[in-house]
Amino acid sequence: MSQQPDFDRLKKLASQIRRDIVRMVHACQSGHPGGSLGCTEYFVALYFHIMKHDPKFNMDGKGEDLCFLSNGHISPVWYATLARAGYFDPKELSTFRFINSRLQGHPATHEHLPGIRVASGSLGQGLSVSIGAAQTKKLNNDDRFVYVLMGDGEQQEGQVWEAAMYAPHHKIDNLIATIDVNGQQIDGPTEKIMSLLDLKAKWEAFGWIVQAFDGNKIEEVVKGLENAQKLAKKGKPVMNLMKTEMGYGVDYMMGSHKWHGVAPNDEELKKALAQLPETLGDY
Amino acid sequence: MTKFTFTEKKDTRSGFGVGLHELGKKNPNVVGLCADLTGSLKMDAFKKDFPERFFQVGIAEANMMGIAAGMTIGGKIPFTGTFANFSTGRVYDQIRQSIAYSDKNVKICASHAGLTLGEDGATHQILEDIGMMRMLPGMTVIVPCDYNQTRLATIALGEHVGPAYLRFGRPSWPIFTAPDRPFTIGKADKMIEGKDVTIFACGHLVWNAIEAEAKLTERGISAEVINIHTIKPLDVEAILASVQKTGCAVTCEEHQINGGLGDCVAQVLARFNPAPVEMVAVNDSFGESGTPTQLLKKYGLGPENIIEAVDKVLKRKKKG
Repeated sequence: MSQQPDFDRLKKLASQIRRDIVRMVHACQSGHPGGSLGCTEYFVALYFHIMKHDPKFNMDGKGEDLCFLSNGHISPVWYATLARAGYFDPKELSTFRFINSRLQGHPATHEHLPGIRVASGSLGQGLSVSIGAAQTKKLNNDDRFVYVLMGDGEQQEGQVWEAAMYAPHHKIDNLIATIDVNGQQIDGPTEKIMSLLDLKAKWEAFGWIVQAFDGNKIEEVVKGLENAQKLAKKGKPVMNLMKTEMGYGVDYMMGSHKWHGVAPNDEELKKALAQLPETLGDY
Repeated sequence: MTKFTFTEKKDTRSGFGVGLHELGKKNPNVVGLCADLTGSLKMDAFKKDFPERFFQVGIAEANMMGIAAGMTIGGKIPFTGTFANFSTGRVYDQIRQSIAYSDKNVKICASHAGLTLGEDGATHQILEDIGMMRMLPGMTVIVPCDYNQTRLATIALGEHVGPAYLRFGRPSWPIFTAPDRPFTIGKADKMIEGKDVTIFACGHLVWNAIEAEAKLTERGISAEVINIHTIKPLDVEAILASVQKTGCAVTCEEHQINGGLGDCVAQVLARFNPAPVEMVAVNDSFGESGTPTQLLKKYGLGPENIIEAVDKVLKRKKKG
């Protein structure tokens, strides 16, 4: 979109979505708050400024930008964003991870939740799927973009590098991929568990255009994604290395892998909500 | 009923290649993906005539399955091509999550299945793929019997909506079905009518079953031969109708005894019409290098093994 972003509105959305995330994981006492909180600005920027998309969801998404989430465990931020963007009633967020819900622990198409186009959760698959969707857009002469988000720990999966090789070879230049670089994975810091080393050099060596931006400043995310659009469509896919802080917005969750997959208790929920103003009304 | 004979032999994979090419002409949404085995999969004609719809993925099967899943979003109908081993075991989780659970219209086309791949040996001779694929909810599993039927099955998959696995092979094999023989996904094909025993077979072993039937006839045994080309959805009605008449069954497949056609038929009979069943299949072992004929003999999948199984099951039926 070309119009000036309303950053005040985007920040209010981010605050509300963060409230939604902690309330969702608290209610079911499971799920992944850390990465969800860290990627809130990314989803807000995509769904409320960057992407052309229709909440009256259509699986084929012809003429629309498409969003894929490869690290499916951060489903809370995606669900909350989709609900706030009008894909379904925010009240449904209260069903997250409960039986008979469309909001499965990890994103799925099986229950027909609007906005989800493929299941994810088993890591390393989303980049390949998004390449396929981008390839089909080219065949259909559809000039919209495909966006995909991966985790940094996920870079340890071999399939990611199969896809990394394919996209430049086949000139998939309508694809804008992003890695959430928060430096954490379940067992600890990524550099301790399995070093990723220089991701920029790696992706560049595979033939991608690589840029980096701060993922927790909405202005930077919007600027970064707008710049990605300018870098795209020149024969190469684009990779954003998006530096975020896991747990961003809730002080006691920040800067540690501990909140990767742990839900807050009643007390902790209160503490978290006190730091996140209710801007659009809780569900 | 028709007497089945043959004048020509051809590999079933060539039936796939011809079928895919025909589909390409008919339906602009059909796309082909291949992981560095274009010649082996007989996808060259499709590649040559529809280069903009053919995607070389390189030796990266997991990525191929993901790309195929993604390509369905926007209406393409991807046919992936590689060996059966690399089409299933190697990429099971990709198929499970991105294709089957996500209900994507991907056609997984797998050549060089089973022992008859021959000299390459056990690393490539997958004998577990039918089991793996049929366990996935919503997956259609087809194992055609010869060149003509593989062509028809491929064309039928172009119209079919949903994830599917098509299994075929490498060796030159008798073409014994007519090119216009009706083929319907999910509908068993009764090849020979009989009354003493039902032989259920799939893939290459349908021909062995037909050969066995001829020898059984000489001995006065009337065998019914049914081609279960669709393992899933299984034609339960046809299986029950036949066994209600014959009272016993032999299953034949180029697959492990665990998880394949034998299990499917035994499950149906155990649930709805208990009857003696004997299974001609690989008995919980890996294969090895050799010619297809040598291997089928050594691993007990020849016509003589089917006859043996029929004798055994008939004895059990008499004991009742």
